[in-house]
Amino acid sequence: MIPLSWYLLLSAALFSVGLFGVMARKNAVAILLGVELMLNAVNINLVAFWRYGTPLNLGGQVFAIIVFAVAAAEVAVGLGLVISVYRRRGTVIADDIDLMKW
Amino acid sequence: MSFVQIVFLVTALSILIAAVRMVTTGSMVHAALWLVATLFGVAVLFVLLEAPFLAVVQVVIYIGAIAIMFIFAVMLTRREMLDKGPQLNTKKGIAAALGAVTFVGLALMLTTWEGFDSYARPMANVDTVARLGDALLSPDAYLLPFEVASVLLLAALVGSVYVSINKK
Amino acid sequence: MQFLQDPIGVIAAWLTGLLTGWGVSALVTQIILATVGIVILVSAAMLLDIFLVWVERKVVARFQDRLGPNRVGPFGLFQPFADIIKLILKEDITPDGADKLLFNMAPILSMASVLLLWAILPIASFLYGIDLNVAMLYIIAVGAIGTLSIIMAGWASNNKFALVGAYRMVANLISYEIPMVIALLIPVMLSGSMSVVGITQAQSGYWYFIVTPLGALLFLIAAIAELGRSPFDLNEGESEIVAGYHIEYTGMKFGLFYAGELLHAFTFGAFISVLFFGGWHGPWSDKYPLLGILYFFVKAMFFYWVIMWIKYTVPRIRIDHMLYFNWKFLTPFGLALLMTTAIVHKLLSNSSQPVYILGMLLANLILGWITVEILRSVSRKQRVISEPVPTVGAGND
Repeated sequence: MIPLSWYLLLSAALFSVGLFGVMARKNAVAILLGVELMLNAVNINLVAFWRYGTPLNLGGQVFAIIVFAVAAAEVAVGLGLVISVYRRRGTVIADDIDLMKW
Repeated sequence: MSFVQIVFLVTALSILIAAVRMVTTGSMVHAALWLVATLFGVAVLFVLLEAPFLAVVQVVIYIGAIAIMFIFAVMLTRREMLDKGPQLNTKKGIAAALGAVTFVGLALMLTTWEGFDSYARPMANVDTVARLGDALLSPDAYLLPFEVASVLLLAALVGSVYVSINKK
Repeated sequence: MQFLQDPIGVIAAWLTGLLTGWGVSALVTQIILATVGIVILVSAAMLLDIFLVWVERKVVARFQDRLGPNRVGPFGLFQPFADIIKLILKEDITPDGADKLLFNMAPILSMASVLLLWAILPIASFLYGIDLNVAMLYIIAVGAIGTLSIIMAGWASNNKFALVGAYRMVANLISYEIPMVIALLIPVMLSGSMSVVGITQAQSGYWYFIVTPLGALLFLIAAIAELGRSPFDLNEGESEIVAGYHIEYTGMKFGLFYAGELLHAFTFGAFISVLFFGGWHGPWSDKYPLLGILYFFVKAMFFYWVIMWIKYTVPRIRIDHMLYFNWKFLTPFGLALLMTTAIVHKLLSNSSQPVYILGMLLANLILGWITVEILRSVSRKQRVISEPVPTVGAGND
């Protein structure tokens, strides 16, 4: 059988890789990809704790479903913003989008 | 090494390799496709955790909608068809260090928790999908977060259309 | 008699006994049996696919008032083999600058997304791959993998026409997933189970298309759009974008796309028959379960013929008309149908069966009549806008 520690270590590693992706990438879309990795790591944790902790109370799965909805909403709005910025500035490199006006 | 453990190790390895390839590859479309590989591995993990509904919902929502949104966004925000140049910025050393510190910190903190090495108790043979439906829709379970999530999605729908509409 | 009742169980038990008698462990026996089952199912699906190529060419010929292939073998039955040999012998060109891994993986993923659907399809009461308890969402999930393969094909071809074709096709596919999910929810509501086997078993009294004909129609339209067949085949508009994301594929890779599309059409014909028309139910199918296979194939072939009929009769829809049709008509109509079905099903759930069937049928007819009236008034308004204003001497008033 699989001990809980394996799932927790896997999700911690995935979270760290996502964190690295958010902080070290130039492209704004790539930063959003890193955020997706972090949300997936959280989901693995939630479902693992549901299965190993309280498998009869479905709160863990409901929490994971709400995280799905939040991730979808955040990606939609985030990518809409990135595309809008691209139309105004012509670039999606996060370092070049550093002026508040014009 | 039982069969389930081997499946878990293969899946976990492929998730981590795909995630690392995703954050280091130069081409953005390849990054989006490595994300698809990671998400598919997470769906397999949900099946191992006996949550089949979450596994198929993961594939439908993440791979079928979010990953496709990413691919469209990548293709709409580039000037020519080929990528060029390195994709990591100047702070990658600090970022790598911070990522490593996060992982080590989380792992150390988790090992001090006494439930860390517990094994799964066998789950009773109930229909999880039906009980999930009950939990989502019954007023003394999680009906309110469900409705709030639907309002959130409506707000995101209207907001994203408004932000990216081309008012010509 | 035991063999006739449950052939698969008998064969599986015999094989298990044989393998464990040779000293193979229980786990490896299970894996070997599962692998043998998968290989047999996939091979049967691919053999059916070859037959479907012949059916397609004969039917399209008859719709176009000609004979179709009739030289290679009796009635042209060996024509698909000639096609396959031709495709294999063609030169396999990878375009310059194309992404080799993605370019080669796209047709494989496209075919895989069709074959994965055969795992949950109940061919008879004992003959199905697996009884998944979330099978309805699994159908959508596998469709998502197919959508991904189209983007990969379009982008990896390094060709602007392929990319534009892929964009249009993906816009089509992700738009029409929503009416399809709504149409799939209706049998789930009526039978109380998300598993395809459970829905088929729940139709032993009456078939679901009697109770919700509009639901069957909605699923048919959404399925044709999901298949990418005419009238929704804006990917293959030869006069518009020269075969869309198929452009750069030659030889057997194109063969995989083409055969995958035909098998996908047959699979959705099978799903329509299983979800709304009783699947393997038919006269005497309870006493002789093997008859269920025959009923299943007859019904699936009939709906495949209906899909082909629509393909070769109706002209292609323009992309803005297609999106308009989905978001302004099909999705609100689907939601109204779902709400009506839920309300009537709950209100009449305690009454006798004839009252229930008549009540649901009446609700469907009323909803259909209201929809047609709304469509008529909308089109009248549009016609008034687009027609020129009549002159004074028209004698109209």
